[in-house]
Amino acid sequence: MYENLETAESPENLKRVVIDPVSRVEGHGKVTLLLDENNKVKQARLHIVEFRGFERFIQGRPYWELPVLVQRLCGICPVSHHLAAAKAIDQLVGVDPENLPPTADKLRRLLHFGQILQSHALHFFHLSSPDLLFGFESDISKRNVIAVLNEFPDIGLQGVKLRKYGQEVIRMVSGKRIHGTGAIAGGMNKSLTKAERDYLLEDIDQIIEWSAGAAALIKQVHCSNLPYYDNFATIPTSYLGLTKGNGALEFYHGGIRAKDANGGTIMDHIDYCQYNDYIHEEVRSWTYMKFPYLTALGQDKGWYRVGPLARINNCDSIDTPLAEQARVEFKLHGAGAMVHSTLAFHWARLIETLHCAESIKNLLNDPDIMGSDLVAQGERRFEGIGVIEAPRGTLFHHYQVDENDIVTKANLIVSTTSNNMAMNESVRQVAAEYLSGQELTEPLLNNLEVAIRAYDPCLSCATHAVGKMPLQLELVDAEGKLIDKLIKHNDGQIERSPK
Amino acid sequence: MTKPILIFGYGNLSRGDDALAPLLLEHLEDKIDLTEIEILTDFQLQVEHALDLEDRQLVLFADAAVNCKTAFNFNELHAEKDKSYTTHAMSPAAVLQVYQSIKKQQPPPCFLLSIQGISFELGEDISQQAQQNLQQAIQFTEQLLNHRELTFWNQQIQPTL
Repeated sequence: MYENLETAESPENLKRVVIDPVSRVEGHGKVTLLLDENNKVKQARLHIVEFRGFERFIQGRPYWELPVLVQRLCGICPVSHHLAAAKAIDQLVGVDPENLPPTADKLRRLLHFGQILQSHALHFFHLSSPDLLFGFESDISKRNVIAVLNEFPDIGLQGVKLRKYGQEVIRMVSGKRIHGTGAIAGGMNKSLTKAERDYLLEDIDQIIEWSAGAAALIKQVHCSNLPYYDNFATIPTSYLGLTKGNGALEFYHGGIRAKDANGGTIMDHIDYCQYNDYIHEEVRSWTYMKFPYLTALGQDKGWYRVGPLARINNCDSIDTPLAEQARVEFKLHGAGAMVHSTLAFHWARLIETLHCAESIKNLLNDPDIMGSDLVAQGERRFEGIGVIEAPRGTLFHHYQVDENDIVTKANLIVSTTSNNMAMNESVRQVAAEYLSGQELTEPLLNNLEVAIRAYDPCLSCATHAVGKMPLQLELVDAEGKLIDKLIKHNDGQIERSPK
Repeated sequence: MTKPILIFGYGNLSRGDDALAPLLLEHLEDKIDLTEIEILTDFQLQVEHALDLEDRQLVLFADAAVNCKTAFNFNELHAEKDKSYTTHAMSPAAVLQVYQSIKKQQPPPCFLLSIQGISFELGEDISQQAQQNLQQAIQFTEQLLNHRELTFWNQQIQPTL
């Protein structure tokens, strides 16, 4: 591990390099490196540079507004917040997940699969495939989706259409692409009509085929340069996520499972309503983002990863055949052990994409999806907790309300926050293994961004902030004198500033 | 059947003046005959929105703009590889570029209505100045939609921001 690079002993005597912000991630983050006179990395940190309280945004509002309101926290995964909030307010009206009508439960799952499909497709085809197809240190003019569309037109177009299909699933289930009110307290507000079901079924076989092709492609890319892909930004960690009762992959509802780096069980089938007993959040002075950890292991050793890599590592099986076959191949690659390669996030993400496509087909062919029993009722409560597996990992929504139905307390743990320590460790690994002692260049620094990007972080979400995207990299010598400066403007143009 | 006119407004209703375009669309939905007009909205533009441009005769993008010097600005859009495609939020010009790359043809005539916004904080209401700007933008858009011809829209183009 690279914790020794979190805080240097005498930072005032070191050169400082800043990547601000990290590009092709959502939100505003920056990386700082402190170097000694031989360009050896002594400190590396991923910072979050803005903060807005979205708990404040939620408190004081009536609880029934939450599923719509929380969608506006994030332009990237509004459906994830929508569903986590819906699960929490189900409890406020006395409805536990097992009591949701089957039609409502399946509609929510369909909505969720559509969301994960489009989110993963965007990340792979649009944001990561340029690095993966052209190389991490390739010409910056090539590292973009337009170049992918031009040089790999079939792959590029599949990405656009997969994304579009996921959006259409969301639109059909919730009535709109965004601001939809699909989920309400205790259920759903509309079912799927036969026409809507048939419309989505028209293309689903093609979507499955493309998803299977993408999963095969990423496996091929990963295995084409195994030493690099298996070592780059690789850190042995614990993993946390939801699983079904039988240990299978689960995105919508399950118990919390955490495994250690050797695959040993830390906890399993934990009711997520007890999350406060198992997970605490630490604050550090140099960043706005918190550091969650498993209380059983303590602050120093209790950090963990969430998201696709965690879910595929943690689960015992996947209940759709093509994704299960892909999972078995993934596990074979790791010889049955936990796969710790950070770049394997991409591979795991596309196995999940395939699972989403297969699951969408299954749900569309389930008669319940057009049922009419949409809402359950129960006895009023004053506290509700909703947890789901969002595209980027486990997402917690926790609310308390008063007698007037007003939210008095809100706590959200978003997936990127859970990955905070791991992203910092990955940055340190890359800094130590690939940058230390070298003259820094933009392609070399892109390696740091590649490591962060593998997590698909939503820094806006994690810090509750909206970000801008200028990038500035400064190299300052031990006396504090500016030696070199690279500026990446909002439009992406790179300029070397006069010294 | 695809409607010939598309109005695509993007922004977040809960981020202060970022709500300008969605509010414009809400107004139009209530006031305008939508037989030939499709109204779409999203938080931000992305690659798949290129597919929304297919088979259109005229497209109007609407967005809040902090760098707009007047209440609103109306301009024609051209496909441009402007690097915004490296983010989660693309510019409309980059969406046109994606359309061109996918379809291997020129996109339909597309225009951008930028409405001046000032403050974009989460949970804020729209500012008073932006409210006034919105009213002017609504009047202008209604005028555009009463004259659904490329020649007329071209005549309304204003100096660049």
